Amino acid sequence: MRTAEAFRMALEALRVNRLRSALTMLGVIIGVSAVVILVAIGTGAKDAIEDEISGLGSNIILVVPGQLNFQAAPTQSRLDLGDVNYVRRVVGDPSRVTVSVQSGENIRVGRNEAFVTVVGTDENIRNVFERPLKRGRYLTETDIDTRRRVAVLGSEVSEQLFGDLDPVGRQAMIAGVRFRVVGVYEKVGATFGVARDRETHIPVTTAQRLLGVERVNGIAIGASGPDVIDSLGQRVVDALTARYPDEKFSAVTQTQLLGTIGTVLGMLTGVLAAIAGISLLVGGVGVSNIMLVSVRERTKEIGLRKALGARQRDVLGQFLIEAVLLTTIGGTIGIALGVGGSLLIETLSPVPASITLWSILLAFGVSAVVGVFFGVAPARRAGRLDPVVALRAE
Amino acid sequence: MTAFEAAGLTRSYQLEGVTVDALRGVDLTIGDGEFAAILGPSGSGKSTLMHLLGCLDRPTSGVLKVGGVDVSTLDDTRLAELRNQMIGFVFQSFHLLARTSALDNVALPLVYRGVAKTERRARARRALEAVGLAHRLDHRPSQMSGGEQQRVAIARALVGDPQVVLADEPTGNLDTRNGEEVMGLLERLNTDQGVAIVLVTHEPEVANRARRQIHVRDGLIERDVA
Repeated sequence: MRTAEAFRMALEALRVNRLRSALTMLGVIIGVSAVVILVAIGTGAKDAIEDEISGLGSNIILVVPGQLNFQAAPTQSRLDLGDVNYVRRVVGDPSRVTVSVQSGENIRVGRNEAFVTVVGTDENIRNVFERPLKRGRYLTETDIDTRRRVAVLGSEVSEQLFGDLDPVGRQAMIAGVRFRVVGVYEKVGATFGVARDRETHIPVTTAQRLLGVERVNGIAIGASGPDVIDSLGQRVVDALTARYPDEKFSAVTQTQLLGTIGTVLGMLTGVLAAIAGISLLVGGVGVSNIMLVSVRERTKEIGLRKALGARQRDVLGQFLIEAVLLTTIGGTIGIALGVGGSLLIETLSPVPASITLWSILLAFGVSAVVGVFFGVAPARRAGRLDPVVALRAE
Repeated sequence: MTAFEAAGLTRSYQLEGVTVDALRGVDLTIGDGEFAAILGPSGSGKSTLMHLLGCLDRPTSGVLKVGGVDVSTLDDTRLAELRNQMIGFVFQSFHLLARTSALDNVALPLVYRGVAKTERRARARRALEAVGLAHRLDHRPSQMSGGEQQRVAIARALVGDPQVVLADEPTGNLDTRNGEEVMGLLERLNTDQGVAIVLVTHEPEVANRARRQIHVRDGLIERDVA
């Protein structure tokens, strides 16, 4: 018997039992669409967080004393501006190194008041982090060198204090000291819960005087390319450790963050897919069940086919193809529903969903394999039926 | 040439631990182009004999040659191919596929022979025309009378140009007129095309249409009247 003929027969059998075929497929449809949707959500979440991290800038290395946090409390830091210059020499390109001293402070304009993160930094922050400017200018080297009392506001700070007014050139009181606003940043959103739009940047030298500290919280380096990140980070940590043998320093790279988060979210996606896979498996059991019923019901037909010359493999093939068609047609419908569902979730809810080709191929492949796996037992039973017994069956 | 050649054929079954000897040593030769009836009361072993002749079942012991081939040398696959090539079946309850047109029912044996669809349909059409059902090609079994259904079944038995047609109580479910028509068809088939017909029946008047009557009783051939 030709394969095309076997497919035609199987399709015919499915068509004849339309309702039953549809209900049997339902298990597979639900399983496959669940796999596609859950993987899409998992991947979407991963993409969103990775975007957030990459949104900081590219090839960033954070050098912090002791613990792995760029925004640690100043008291724990051993690093001062001399160390920053030392790091600049180690890195070779001073413009790729920037610094942070920070503190929560009140900022007041007229009657408007806000509590913001005041970050003392330098002119190089724009070379390391992605901080586009909306109005005015960035901090300059002169601002740092001459300890000017100038500030660049985060978009939210600007809105809260000045509303629709252009704040550039206006004055603001930070911790009771008069500052002149020289620029406003574009909205950049939050990264890891750090509201970067609620920051106010002032020259690091001014910040140290304002806060009464000599230290800096951390140093950030923008590496020239992704391939030098790890070696550069290690070089800086080694240099600092050589300078302060009793201290510990750490370099955190975006790649490390992405790697860690990617692993966690990848695992999460895997777990979701596995759960959905179980429902696909249950769908497969349903297929097996229905195929067994079908074989029993059509015993006479099988007997007749055998009498007319159907070989064991012809009958086996017919029922196996029927099972595989059930699961692959179900799988195709499930993929369509899964893709549709993912797009719907993406549109109607804040949950990001990103459809991946591999989940679609996997879901389809698994449903075909499920069809073969769960179709074999009923099909073998059909193929092995004794024609005399089968013909007599009622 | 002989269609069937059986020597010392036995067939026993295990029924709930009890051995039942359905056939207890049958010697039988049916030549090409013969028209023979196998007669006997129910439980005589005539159906078992027909299943063995039809290669639907294998003997417990003894030798059976179909078209000169010893069936004990064939595996299940070859046996299925032998059935497909040599034997046409006509059953008491027609055994047509419901929800399938007369044409496709008739073409079914050719599917298992690997005949292409166009040729299959052309041959099925000719077979249906030969049994006088040219106007029923696209009808389903449920849309046809019992007599017509049995004629479809005969067309299906013929379509593969078999050497033998085995008919198991072919008139059992039909009224006299339709039974008569079916018998007439089988006779024509035998005389015009030289196909051997082996008829299993318990009705003497049907058996008398055959040129040879083989009486089976208690698993043995009791009388063989030519």
